[in-house]
Amino acid sequence: MNDAVITAKDFRKVYGDFVAVDDISFEVHRGEIFGLLGPNGAGKTSTLESLEGLRAPDGGSLRVMGVDPARESRRLRDTIGVQLQTSGLPDSMTVSEAMNFFCAYHDVPPRPDLLQRLGLAEKMSTQYYMLSTGQKRRLALALAIAHNPPVLFLDEPTAGLDVASRAELHGLVSELKDAGTTVLLATHDMAEAEKLADRVAILLRGNIVATGSPRELTAAGGGFTKVSVRTEGGSLSNADAVFPGVSQQTSKDDYAIYYSTDVGPTVAAIIAYVEAHGDPLIDLRVERPSLEERFLEITGTGGDR
Amino acid sequence: MRAFANHFSFEFRTGLRNKNLLMLNYLFPLGFYAMMGLMMTQINPLFKETMIPAMVVFGVLSATILGLPSPLVEAREAGIFRSFKINGVPAVSILSIPALTTMFHALIVAAIIAATGTPLFDAAPVTNWGAFALIALLTAFVCAGLGSLIGVITANTRVTVLWSQMLYLPSMLISGMMVPLSMLPAAFGRIALLLPPTYALQAFQGLALGQATTVSPVWSVVILLAGGVLAFALAIHLFDWDRHNATRQGHPLMALLALLPYVAGMVLLG
Repeated sequence: MNDAVITAKDFRKVYGDFVAVDDISFEVHRGEIFGLLGPNGAGKTSTLESLEGLRAPDGGSLRVMGVDPARESRRLRDTIGVQLQTSGLPDSMTVSEAMNFFCAYHDVPPRPDLLQRLGLAEKMSTQYYMLSTGQKRRLALALAIAHNPPVLFLDEPTAGLDVASRAELHGLVSELKDAGTTVLLATHDMAEAEKLADRVAILLRGNIVATGSPRELTAAGGGFTKVSVRTEGGSLSNADAVFPGVSQQTSKDDYAIYYSTDVGPTVAAIIAYVEAHGDPLIDLRVERPSLEERFLEITGTGGDR
Repeated sequence: MRAFANHFSFEFRTGLRNKNLLMLNYLFPLGFYAMMGLMMTQINPLFKETMIPAMVVFGVLSATILGLPSPLVEAREAGIFRSFKINGVPAVSILSIPALTTMFHALIVAAIIAATGTPLFDAAPVTNWGAFALIALLTAFVCAGLGSLIGVITANTRVTVLWSQMLYLPSMLISGMMVPLSMLPAAFGRIALLLPPTYALQAFQGLALGQATTVSPVWSVVILLAGGVLAFALAIHLFDWDRHNATRQGHPLMALLALLPYVAGMVLLG
């Protein structure tokens, strides 16, 4: 595709002798949500902060809508919106002051509608230090998108949010995507990446070790589907309860659990078995491998550095 | 312009809203002024001669040298400058706007002291209000430059306090605020010429109060102006957005260059 909005080509970042990011390349296309996943120290934040113009690359090139982040900070600031993982506002700054302050620097009118949407309308006069962690995260997002940037960087956007706020934020990010905003999302939350991202890249020790859509990545894994079954009589604990496609089995909380590479025949055989033993079925769950499991599989050797 | 006005307005309100800054901008200097007016003028009637400039300089030092650096350090450490940078707030604004608002607070205190010193405490009156206003502005400019420089180069607030006190305490003792410069032993008089408040007091006394001075008040103004410009230039040059990602363009010890005009003053005028 030639509609790349964010481009990293052989991007390298080192700190002394330590190579944080080792010649990685990727592209994010217009209107795409691209997830950057990886354990702590994998190079996510270095990549993100270099794209945001906070750090200078030590090799390769970075472009955001054609702008070199290290050299064209003025052009970059109107192109991107950023919700930093670690950032703050002055303690005494109120929510409405923060909105007015940043909108003034972006030369756009303040957006009280965003504060309303993110549940901060009642907090307009509250000083920053009095906000909860979740409220601070929501304010950071509101400030990041107030000037309608075409590119949005989100670093752990839902850390510290409750369930309702998280759902609201996910809805807002999806709306931004629908409106054409390109989003680069760095997160530890695999469920979040699986739900929001069109494509993800998994970083490990400064290298991209897997990339693709969440579905592609999970399909490319070991391929085990988890089948959990609970029956009234517990007949599945019998020694002869052996089923096709099952490579591993265990039990937990009255459930027999099977890891299958061929889930159809496995489920059919289980149902046939319990019916043959006159043992009523109470519950049967089929769970495909999650992105989290695939992530753990890929990064299982560790990666903290 | 809208961004500047918004930023200035916020920083000015912060100077009143933040309890520490309110204390250092207003309560401490005005409280000390009242105490000195009530007590010191009784103990040492000669103090009335220098009371207005001494208390104005004290107020400026309190707001700028004690009050200005720590919020800069805390903001950098809390990642506030990172947010500012990403949203297009220039480094010059981050340094100059808190300095300007602090100068504004210090000038309000200076105006209160100048207006009330004579009627309340029989202090020697200001005879040239234009010169008084310009020297007060210049003193605030110089000290705000030094306060900004301390905030820029120090890594944490403990070190900030140390640097601030290295300037503040000698200024209190030997710059002429408590004891006239002419009454100090010669060696202390020379050392005092390393301190900006010494020149500020000489300029106030010579040009705004029409009194005799130990050091040329005109040269004092020149040295102060050079010192203020140099301090701000160094603060901008050494400014760093983020301690985790040093982008500073020089070693912090370069800040000592800010003392050059005062060293020159000591050599040439001492």
